[in-house]
Amino acid sequence: MLHTLLKSIQKSTRTFSGGIDPEMSKITAAAAIATSMQPQLYILPIKQHIGEACEPIVSVGDHVKWGQKIARSQGYVSVPVHSPTSGKVVKIEEHATPHPSGMGLPSIFIEPDGKDTRDKSLKPIKAYRDTDPTELRERLRLCGIAGLGGAVFPTFIKLLKDNRNPIETLILNGIECEPYLTNDHRLMIEKAKEIIIGIDIIMHMVGAKKAIIAIEDNKPNALEMMQETLEILSESFPDSTRIEVCQLPTRYPQGSEKQLIEVLTGKQVPAGKLPMHIGVICQNVGTSKAIHDAIIKGRPLTERIVTVSGDAVPRPGNMRVRLGTPMRFVFAQHGLETFDHVHLLHGGPMMGEKLKNADVPVVKSTNGLLAMHSTSMKEAHKSEQPCIRCGHCGVVCPVSLVPNLLADQCRNKQFEKAESYDLFDCIECGACSYVCPSNIPLVHYFRYGKGQLAQIGREQNFAHASKQRSEHRDDRIAREKEEKAAKRRVVREKHVAKADDDKTSAGKPDHDKTADHKTADEKKPKTTDKTIQKDKPSPKSPPGKASSGKVSS
Amino acid sequence: MIHLSSPHMHGGDSIRMTMLSVIFALLPATIVSVYLFGWLAFLLITISMVTCLITEFISLRLMGRSASPIGDGSAALTGLLLALTLPAYLPWWMVILASVMAILLGKQLYGGLGYNLFNPALAARVILLISFPLNMTAWIIPMHVGTPVIDLYDFNACLNLLIFGPESLNRALDAITMASPLGHIKTEWSQGISVTNALRSYDYSYLDAFLGREAGSIGETSALALLLGGIYMLARHTISWHIPFTYLATVLILAAVFNLIDPAHYAPPLFHLLAGGLMLCAFFMATDPVSSPVTPMGQIVFGVGCGVLTWSIRTYGGYPEGAMFAVILMNCTVPLIDHYCRPRVYGR
Ligand code: SF4
Ligand code: SF4
Repeated sequence: MLHTLLKSIQKSTRTFSGGIDPEMSKITAAAAIATSMQPQLYILPIKQHIGEACEPIVSVGDHVKWGQKIARSQGYVSVPVHSPTSGKVVKIEEHATPHPSGMGLPSIFIEPDGKDTRDKSLKPIKAYRDTDPTELRERLRLCGIAGLGGAVFPTFIKLLKDNRNPIETLILNGIECEPYLTNDHRLMIEKAKEIIIGIDIIMHMVGAKKAIIAIEDNKPNALEMMQETLEILSESFPDSTRIEVCQLPTRYPQGSEKQLIEVLTGKQVPAGKLPMHIGVICQNVGTSKAIHDAIIKGRPLTERIVTVSGDAVPRPGNMRVRLGTPMRFVFAQHGLETFDHVHLLHGGPMMGEKLKNADVPVVKSTNGLLAMHSTSMKEAHKSEQPCIRCGHCGVVCPVSLVPNLLADQCRNKQFEKAESYDLFDCIECGACSYVCPSNIPLVHYFRYGKGQLAQIGREQNFAHASKQRSEHRDDRIAREKEEKAAKRRVVREKHVAKADDDKTSAGKPDHDKTADHKTADEKKPKTTDKTIQKDKPSPKSPPGKASSGKVSS
Repeated sequence: MIHLSSPHMHGGDSIRMTMLSVIFALLPATIVSVYLFGWLAFLLITISMVTCLITEFISLRLMGRSASPIGDGSAALTGLLLALTLPAYLPWWMVILASVMAILLGKQLYGGLGYNLFNPALAARVILLISFPLNMTAWIIPMHVGTPVIDLYDFNACLNLLIFGPESLNRALDAITMASPLGHIKTEWSQGISVTNALRSYDYSYLDAFLGREAGSIGETSALALLLGGIYMLARHTISWHIPFTYLATVLILAAVFNLIDPAHYAPPLFHLLAGGLMLCAFFMATDPVSSPVTPMGQIVFGVGCGVLTWSIRTYGGYPEGAMFAVILMNCTVPLIDHYCRPRVYGR
């Protein structure tokens, strides 16, 4: 039985260029998902996705239910935030978020009442196949679903059925190539059915012809579980034949969207295009489960699976954690109470960000919480030596950049040159830094370069805008002058016609008028100035971040 | 310092590891050199390595920098590589001069490791060859090849020779040296003798050339020893195949084609492959990361360029051996190659 099963599993022979084989340290692979206890206070930042921040719609003192919307989205690329439990809003104020700079965001603090009363305003949509995809999309938006692999891009945007770009293949990303992380792995074992129904919902929404669940060969039990569940479901589920499981050799960063697409379809996503332009969409397995919950159960996204691991965690494991739970509380449940000589990472060790402290909440992008001893971090961040041009960095780069040249350019502030060497195609996977014998923090330079370029771009936009503005003003002044001159001519002609002998100068009052106009003109642009300044992109949005494709692990 | 930036993991590779693995790969060639040239080779290697290390230390200190890079093994490697490309007998001060030049002119003047345009050892070797052509082409008769005039396993004799010159042993330099195969066919050709006849008169044997039983620079004679080192580095991914493979293949193909056209003028391909410094250059000099291109495509271009130049200089040039000139010339083109030979970026 098992034998035939394994035979039916697809194996891909294609690969992506570059890549590395880091020590995987998946020590929590066998740890079943535990459920986190209730903290005393939840902290919910109003922005947990890529895109525009939300606006709180509750006030201090309000009672909220579990799953109730507490912040509504503003703008298109945005999804709302929901309460992770029932309780009272105790304050709304700025609080640090899991961002390397410790950047603060307005956050809603909720004190649980211990009852966990659910908000039932969203009805389950059991017959999703008879439901219009547009309605399902709206439901996913309302439920706050964003990519749970780490990129947290609002999911409903990706799941648009667009006849110009028919979707051939849906790729389910169960790769989890980041070392240490096992949250997707456990989810595939424990929630295989939900994931597969989620796939069916997505396929219905985008009209995909087939779906591929991609799993690396270091997770054979997840692979079997998905395959078995597919077979069990096949009786009640005629479309399950369009879903296949594909085993891939373990390699970092295979979980990166573009690399995975290349491996599975043999096609590269052209620069400046999206996967859907080549008929593919990619979703993380965790997102698929969240989609299932949103549609079948009518439940907004209020929790996620987090791997708590690292060499400084006494009892590493996987945990179902409600969004907004302070990380300190999560670590404490795994035996880590004090944080001396310990470094905290948000995400995996390859792409995760270093946290300043544990007093930040778990958010939608928190796939892993790692605590590493400072000695092992020092090993990883040895002092930088000169580049010996060995070229290893370029060999492992999945995007085929020449990292050492790019780093030189960023270091020497030749940012435009770096851009022409495709700096923005770097996905910041860190493979280059990982292999560099000179311990050069290449990714650090790339982020710096991207940030500077974004800054330059903003300044240029601003300069362009003010140039246009002043040109506009010149035009207007010229036009008005012209109009006035024309008027003057008419008046003069009238004067001339009226009184032939009365030779009073007709220009004088007109001249005064012009002067008046001018002062009015000079006042005006100032107001325009203000509006334009408002339009400037807010400096808060981290520069260059948008272009960096996160590896969904 | 701990960066905020990911990744927070490192593969553990280091400059030191890289340099040490190259030194390790040179071990077979070093052993063969001592086997063939006895104490002379040993002294030469020691002087060269020690001088390089001292020069590195002093120049780092003079520039007010930390002397810690001394431990990265790159100066030691330069010293070893330089020694292996020298003839067994050179006046001691020439060896010291060459070593100082390698570190000072070849490396530190450019800003230290990573910034040099040329391979430091090769640069010093070329300067020496141009400045002292006689000494640099006088090949001591090795042990186990014919009858050696002086016993190179005799420490005192070797020390005397090194410090006081051949006169101290009552010998002329000519008497204890012989021509290398490359030098031999070049002089014979200039006297109108065909390559085929020249090889016959030299009593040339492919097996001897492969094993190293011939005259030449101390570390260059044994193709086998160098090949072993090269394979070790390839297996350990210290170097990639692109440069050595294309370099050697180009020389082989060119030599084969011309040898087919006119065997009297053009030496056979295998002869080229085993002769002179080609093996050492292909595996250890041209692959020096700092002075070679970074991208695989660039490395292929570089290797082909080295091959064409090596064969051309050997065949048409004034010097019998062209490998190191070829590599030095190609070193100059690296910035250009790097610019034009970038791989196609994903999705572009
Ligand atoms: S891996 Fe490091 S030392 Fe090697 S070329 Fe790249 S940046 Fe330079
Ligand atoms: S971080 Fe950027 S440059 Fe480095 S390997 Fe990844 S994609 Fe390439």
